[in-house]
Amino acid sequence: MRQAGIDIGSRSIEVVVLENGRVVTSRQAISGHNPVERVKELLTDITFDSMMATGYGRGIVEVAFDFPTITEIKAYGTGAAALYPGIRGVLDIGGQDTKVITLDGKGKVLKFEMNDKCAAGTGKFLEMMESTLGYEKNTMGAMAMSGKKGVEINSMCAVFAESEVTSLMAKGCDRADIALAIHQSICRRAIGMIRRQNIGFPLMFAGGVANNPCMVHLLREALGEEVIVPETPHFVGAYGAALLAE
Amino acid sequence: MADYTKMWTDLGLNHENHNALLEYLGGAYQSIFMSQEKRPEGMSYFDFVISEAHGLRIKELCDEREAGRKVIGSFCVFVPEEMVLAAGCTSVGLCSGADFAQEEVEKVIPRNTCSLIKSFFGFSLGKVCPYMEVSDLIVGENTCDGKKKAFETFKDMVPNFYQMDLPQTKTPAGRQTLKLEFMRFLNQLEEMTGKKVTLEGLKEGIAITNAKRKALQRLATLRAADPAPISGLDALLINQVSFLDNPVRFTENVNKICDQIEVEIAANQGVKKAKAPRILLSGCPMAIPNWKLPTIIESTGAVIVGEESCIGERGLRNLTDDSANTIEGLIDAIVDRYFKIDCAVFTPNQERVEHIKEMKAKYNADGVIHYGLQFCQPYIMESFTVEKQLEKENIPVLRIETDYSQEDIGQLSTRVEAFVEILK
Repeated sequence: MRQAGIDIGSRSIEVVVLENGRVVTSRQAISGHNPVERVKELLTDITFDSMMATGYGRGIVEVAFDFPTITEIKAYGTGAAALYPGIRGVLDIGGQDTKVITLDGKGKVLKFEMNDKCAAGTGKFLEMMESTLGYEKNTMGAMAMSGKKGVEINSMCAVFAESEVTSLMAKGCDRADIALAIHQSICRRAIGMIRRQNIGFPLMFAGGVANNPCMVHLLREALGEEVIVPETPHFVGAYGAALLAE
Repeated sequence: MADYTKMWTDLGLNHENHNALLEYLGGAYQSIFMSQEKRPEGMSYFDFVISEAHGLRIKELCDEREAGRKVIGSFCVFVPEEMVLAAGCTSVGLCSGADFAQEEVEKVIPRNTCSLIKSFFGFSLGKVCPYMEVSDLIVGENTCDGKKKAFETFKDMVPNFYQMDLPQTKTPAGRQTLKLEFMRFLNQLEEMTGKKVTLEGLKEGIAITNAKRKALQRLATLRAADPAPISGLDALLINQVSFLDNPVRFTENVNKICDQIEVEIAANQGVKKAKAPRILLSGCPMAIPNWKLPTIIESTGAVIVGEESCIGERGLRNLTDDSANTIEGLIDAIVDRYFKIDCAVFTPNQERVEHIKEMKAKYNADGVIHYGLQFCQPYIMESFTVEKQLEKENIPVLRIETDYSQEDIGQLSTRVEAFVEILK
């Protein structure tokens, strides 16, 4: 029995295939402007008996391929509980949204919160700040680790934050210090969501942004509790979906 | 549909804007309501009323005015319809559920104002609401700060504005305020018509209004059945139509659809699958054509089984006691009836939470979705209390804060779907 899960996010698409419960294939691609074509490409030489789609673009593949769908909230909850039995919560920061999910310890979602309209403090925000600061792609997190605390970014709006960053650079602030400040502001926002839900621990940090070492470090420091980061945090949604494919 | 161009011109509507609104309404109605499966037969009446909401119904109101009747437009369930009818006038609702002429609106009131307030400003500035234009008196009530202050601007935009004060506490002094305001309102109606309200007139006004409420209560009660005998969207629509239609004819048609629904329930038939997740909607009112959230909810396969809202149970829960045999006695009964409304502008307002719990049990809801309009302080403030108190009793709650724009549909869908997954 080969169960597949696909997570169509705003920035990336992940596929996971399980055979008898074990991961045999996992792939990732950029969503781009035509996610349906991307899904076709990703699935070309993959065989599966059942499929479950999740993520922001699940509706698109439901229409195009007739795949059943679940929300990414359920997918992350299921994936996290399977990877780490007893987990009590998930923080998922993806390309355009942030979710905090309270679990019952067995993978059932009890409560969740998710940002509304604005994509402030998500993966896309980090990408934009990375380019404003002139860093290579996916390097800002590591660079921010060497930053010194003291600089503050107050705006969570990508447009205003960009002008804040520009004026800090003009003032001569160190790039790494500014990068650290950006991570701190995102972290504060995530912690606010976590505290509001009065979540239990251990907590899993998943989604693409969990690959960022500075975010992980700041989150652990601020929470002072056990924060689990799986090996491939961006695959947790697709993995959860695959587990639910019947 | 007949050609109403001349009537619309005479009412001073802006053709271009009005056509744009009608086109939008027609399209939304087709895709949201007419696409539903297995609707009760009796919905065809309400479909017809909606299709003629700016046509035949307005013509009727114009004819009534021609015959000397006055039309009283209001924004709120605190305006006593019994008195309006007793004075020989007709009551219509003016609440609006769509963004219109936003740029014009934001020239006169702040951008961060709730959609409902912005909407009636937009409908007025854009000259697209025939109900507003056909009203001889537009009654604004001091509920929330947003409305109260917005009326200071609105009163100069229309020639016939009347402001009604409302209490904010359920104290003897609060009741006295409501009574004085209702008596002042009755005087206003008498001045407009040149006739004194009689005991018989009041009795009749109460009878018509109570009959309408009873019919809507009957419909609400039938929704406790599983499988759901009517969609939440259709039930909401009927409640929305109650603010526009002739009350006697409306009541007959609600009872008719209830008769049909009872037959379906007896045959164990419904419009949704048996055991579909059942949602109670609670919070701000949803005026036509604000169908965004109910559409999202029901597209997940869940069914809305009740609306704890002004356009819903808050507006029709209580009947007016008609036993008194003096005008003063009936006025007191009307005041008592309206004083029970558990609007979030009151403080404290614990009875609202109790009502939500009651409705949850009565309609066998699995969870509650609390709908707050962005910048609606009273309901958003209460949403925290509601959530906390319901969760204490293990009732799942999802708090939604949104407006009339369509831009958050994707995110709202994810949240609603995830909530429905929890209920399954």
